[in-house]
Amino acid sequence: MAHSPIVPQRVYWLVFITLLLLTLVTVDVAFYDLGWLNISVALALATTKALLVVFYFMHLKYSPRLIWGFVGAALFWFLLIVGLTGADIFTRDWLPEPPGWTSGENVP
Amino acid sequence: MSTPVVESPRASRVNYLNVSYGIRSWLFTTDHKRIALLYLVSVTLFFFLGGFFAVLIRLELMTPPGDLVQSETYNRLFTMHGVIMIFFFLIPAIPAVLGNFLVPLMIGARDLAFPRLNLLSWYIYTLGGLFTLAATLFGGVDTGWTFYTPYSSTYSNSNVMLTAVGIFITGFSSILTGLNFLVTIHKMRAPGMVWFRLPLFIWAHYATSLIMILGTPVVAIAILLVGLERLFHIGIFDPKLGGDPLLFQHLFWFYSHPAVYIMILPAMGVINELITCFSRRRIFGYSFIAFSSIAIATLGFLVWGHHMFTSGQSVYAGMVFSVLSMLVAIPSAVKVFNWTATLYKGSVSYQAPMLYALGFIGLFTIGGLTGIFLATLAVDVHVHDTYFVVAHFHYIMVGGTIMAYLGGLHYWWPKMTGKVYPEGWARFAALVIFVGFNLTFLPQFVLGYLGMPRRYHVYPEEFQVLNVMSSAGASILGVGYLIPMIYFIWSLRYGPKAPENPWGAKGLEWLVPSPPPPHNFDVTPVVTGEPYDYSPKSEGAHVR
Repeated sequence: MAHSPIVPQRVYWLVFITLLLLTLVTVDVAFYDLGWLNISVALALATTKALLVVFYFMHLKYSPRLIWGFVGAALFWFLLIVGLTGADIFTRDWLPEPPGWTSGENVP
Repeated sequence: MSTPVVESPRASRVNYLNVSYGIRSWLFTTDHKRIALLYLVSVTLFFFLGGFFAVLIRLELMTPPGDLVQSETYNRLFTMHGVIMIFFFLIPAIPAVLGNFLVPLMIGARDLAFPRLNLLSWYIYTLGGLFTLAATLFGGVDTGWTFYTPYSSTYSNSNVMLTAVGIFITGFSSILTGLNFLVTIHKMRAPGMVWFRLPLFIWAHYATSLIMILGTPVVAIAILLVGLERLFHIGIFDPKLGGDPLLFQHLFWFYSHPAVYIMILPAMGVINELITCFSRRRIFGYSFIAFSSIAIATLGFLVWGHHMFTSGQSVYAGMVFSVLSMLVAIPSAVKVFNWTATLYKGSVSYQAPMLYALGFIGLFTIGGLTGIFLATLAVDVHVHDTYFVVAHFHYIMVGGTIMAYLGGLHYWWPKMTGKVYPEGWARFAALVIFVGFNLTFLPQFVLGYLGMPRRYHVYPEEFQVLNVMSSAGASILGVGYLIPMIYFIWSLRYGPKAPENPWGAKGLEWLVPSPPPPHNFDVTPVVTGEPYDYSPKSEGAHVR
């Protein structure tokens, strides 16, 4: 970006070290069974790492609002695909199955 | 051409075609106009290859029994026809050829924002094309262009991965083109070229670029996941491994339905330019047409489930997707009504590009309205996977996109090449294509409604008459496509020199010589008025 400020090297090192630490946490956490929290914790860690990369290494923090708009659009589109796919996957048993039709019976 | 041909005093100067010579000057060019011509040659080759497969399909369907090819061969023929036509012709045709050539010229820029990336996108497209050609030579692929699992995973017995890798690679070419257009339109408009003075062709390409960037990565991910499941047996789509086969269809159609809008939106952009120029009228409802492009691009992402009504998708999701699909009809209809309103009381002339534009409006309307039949849950159960669907999408893709592409190619041919094509032959070809197209695909609506399924090489005898009509139409259509090919090549050598503005059209691209100089504009134009000002009181182009 032509107008982005000069970021001190210290910030990049800090982000880099944080990313390494978070990677270690990700690996370590995989050895504990947290029950229903397994996926949530893994996703939270991954999201944090992704945000650090996007904000600092990809300079989103210092970018004009137009770039924020496009990143926002990408997030919105991601929610669309998850949301509308979920609208199918999580509602398949909303209507009763026809009589004599048992789930999984025909799966080879 | 009815407009008198007057040689421009600046015509003898250096232009983008004569600035350098030799194969290297083309293969290493970063000029958007030359890259557009590279794409023109490439997509034309793929068009005729895809057409070759269509010829074989229609020959087989002349008679009820499977007497020309076996069922396995037939599966490969329609798959290769679909793969090549969609990924290597229809998606890149208008954006990569006309868009590449015109986006900088129309907004008063000297090139696209990233000229090297633009050349790279052509190389990526070519590489992807080579993979697909290799798959064709090794025996083709038989899954249908949709690569549905488990055909493409568990039960695959053809060159699925080779073709899929080709499409995966080509997708990046599409993403780069979209990125280039978005940045160029945001950052490189000439002074005074504010958003609501942009030609609607640019709005259409802006909307198309959004789809290219936001949708294409998803089909790449879907292909990658098929590869991961096949190679490493990670359960994503296979129920035995804990996957969900419908997930592939969700991921595939999340891109591939909007891909239809990648094909039709730039086509609509072309039609705006043709309708205004040949009816000598200001466009009716500029902002409505501009925003309807954005609305189509956005709503287009919400409707993919209508491809899955009979697939086992939940009934609730089916209802949601049905309603959302109906919504796309609104911005589409806005465009059709605004074009016809533009024609009203216009001074309409029937040059070849206009014949294509008028053909587009009629055929797109039929294609769009039959889309509403298919978006209706109960009707879709009856006509799903029949020739009704085949006819519907050919009316959009061939009747819509190819008509607009040819219309645009004729309209801007003098600008691109500096040569005038023979107008009489062009009008004749436009009529032949229109007649041939309707004779090919209108009977298919009837066939489908009567119950003839798609993707079968044998059919009951009562369907033969309609199938013979369709094949006869296809042969007329084929001749119709060959005629422009011949006279365009002829015009390069023997055509009269084109003036700067043979159509008396508005727009910055008509202010530069034909063909344009390497850097488009010697002096950056300053735009002072709206586009499409064809009123008699107009003081000419609003540019200084």
